[in-house]
Amino acid sequence: MNIPSKVVEQAVEEFATLPSIGKRSALRFVLHLLKQDPSDLEDLAQAILKLKNDIIYCKSCSNISDKEICDICANLERDHQTICVVEDVRDVMALENTYQYKGLYHVLGGIISPMDGVGPQDLKIEELITRIKTQNIKEIIFALSATMEGDTTNFYIYKRLKDFDVKATVLSRGVAVGDELSYADEVTLGNSIKNRTVFEI
Amino acid sequence: MHLKKLNFINFKNYEDFSLELAEKINCFVGYNGVGKTNVLDGIYYLSNCKSFFNPVDSQNIKEGEEFFVIEGVFSEENQNETIYCGVKKGRKKVFKKGKRSYEKLSEHIGYINTVMISPIDGNLILEGSDVRRKYIDHIISQYNPSYLQDLIKYNKVLAHRNALLKQFKESHTFESSSLEVWDDQLVPLAEKIYAIRKAFIEGFIPVFDKRYKKLSNGLEAPTFTYQSHLEDEDFKNKLKENQKKDRTVGYSTVGIHKDDYVFLLNDKPLKKFGSQGQQKTYLIALKLAHYDFISDKSFHKPILLLDDIYDKLDEKRIKQLMEAVLQKSFGQVFITDTDQNRLKNLFDGKEEVKVFQIANEIPKAIG
Ligand SMILES: [Zn+2]
Repeated sequence: MNIPSKVVEQAVEEFATLPSIGKRSALRFVLHLLKQDPSDLEDLAQAILKLKNDIIYCKSCSNISDKEICDICANLERDHQTICVVEDVRDVMALENTYQYKGLYHVLGGIISPMDGVGPQDLKIEELITRIKTQNIKEIIFALSATMEGDTTNFYIYKRLKDFDVKATVLSRGVAVGDELSYADEVTLGNSIKNRTVFEI
Repeated sequence: MHLKKLNFINFKNYEDFSLELAEKINCFVGYNGVGKTNVLDGIYYLSNCKSFFNPVDSQNIKEGEEFFVIEGVFSEENQNETIYCGVKKGRKKVFKKGKRSYEKLSEHIGYINTVMISPIDGNLILEGSDVRRKYIDHIISQYNPSYLQDLIKYNKVLAHRNALLKQFKESHTFESSSLEVWDDQLVPLAEKIYAIRKAFIEGFIPVFDKRYKKLSNGLEAPTFTYQSHLEDEDFKNKLKENQKKDRTVGYSTVGIHKDDYVFLLNDKPLKKFGSQGQQKTYLIALKLAHYDFISDKSFHKPILLLDDIYDKLDEKRIKQLMEAVLQKSFGQVFITDTDQNRLKNLFDGKEEVKVFQIANEIPKAIG
């Protein structure tokens, strides 16, 4: 691509680093921004900067939040004895959209996959065990993707739970095997958490 | 089930052709290098979702082109089903039954079975254990669909386990609970696959013995044995015992991925003690037993692909075999030969036989 300005070219390069954005789309964004008022651009730049500076991860569940403890963890009307274990923040949003679940979450930040270089130590598993140890948790719901790696992660955590008096359950799968949670529709996902079953190996 | 119509676009040396085939016997004749074998390989593709010869899909595209398509219309009792295989450079292979694309290619395995007899079968004797393992896995998958699923799963667990062992080795660390979750999954899969392979060998050997005796006038005793780490020891223990070694080398040293099958003739290894003639007879008996076994185990008779059969058998035995394939115990057969007239004379005037001559990259029916 032949761009007559170094400034524009650099902006295009930056946009093109975003997921599923190619150079063509990046150029379209940049040319669009060029037409905007300076104050609008200022707002956009601020919003982007705030992402790194102001967003924090909840100290308890690792969900994204504006405060040290997220709104879900801070809400006393929720069931504080049940934790739903998910892979990432998108899964929390997907489950919240179903309005079928009133417990807490724990965001692992991934699943165990040695082929991708991800081991238990790279995930928030120790934090989860600490919560179970200290917060009088009665039930853990596994809501990881139904892949070999997701199942292995469930299994790994399940083995770590055997010293605690905690019930382990898993989403019932109306969701096709291998599907990511955040792609399931709300009704299916809502039913699968309502009809969760006891975790078995 | 038989192949009624075959269509190639840019597959190997062919630009574009479409053939109406005979329900029973189809012969492809032509000089060396005209691409007779490629016709058989295209049929093999429609059955196995891959080439018999070259596992890299994009390398089977005609030189200078961007894609290839193989399409076959299969027919049974006047019901037609079209199987489509399309490969485009840089794209995922598309494999369709009717209008539906397969999500997993493994779902197609076993729908149309083929048995290929080829001059490169000698690799089964000469090459390493992986060639024999792949071949036996191929036979079992043709009648047992869940076997292939288990095998794919086993290989994935194994790949994770190996990646983990490599990380341990490189970082000089070890965490037993991380390894344990993979071991716990590997053990039941290995035990299941071992049991199926073992049962297969037990059922297969009598069929093989019968075929060999028919070809060799009954003077020699052929067999083969199955060797596995799971033979005489609990696999869970074996895995534990070898953990230290696995950590030192950085991969899994025991398991069904190391199994082998040893070909024997009169209790001696065929590779070392068998004459060339004995080896050829052994291989053809193996392939025909494969045919018999699958005919018996599955719903349809396999399609038999005979590539350059004169390489393995003398005139007299070929005549016997050709008389046999005309019988009801065989389904559809595809044969290649460099001699234009040999097969024509052999099948002289038989209605159920079609002969195609290949010249200038186009097969034409000549009888
Ligand atoms: Zn929280």
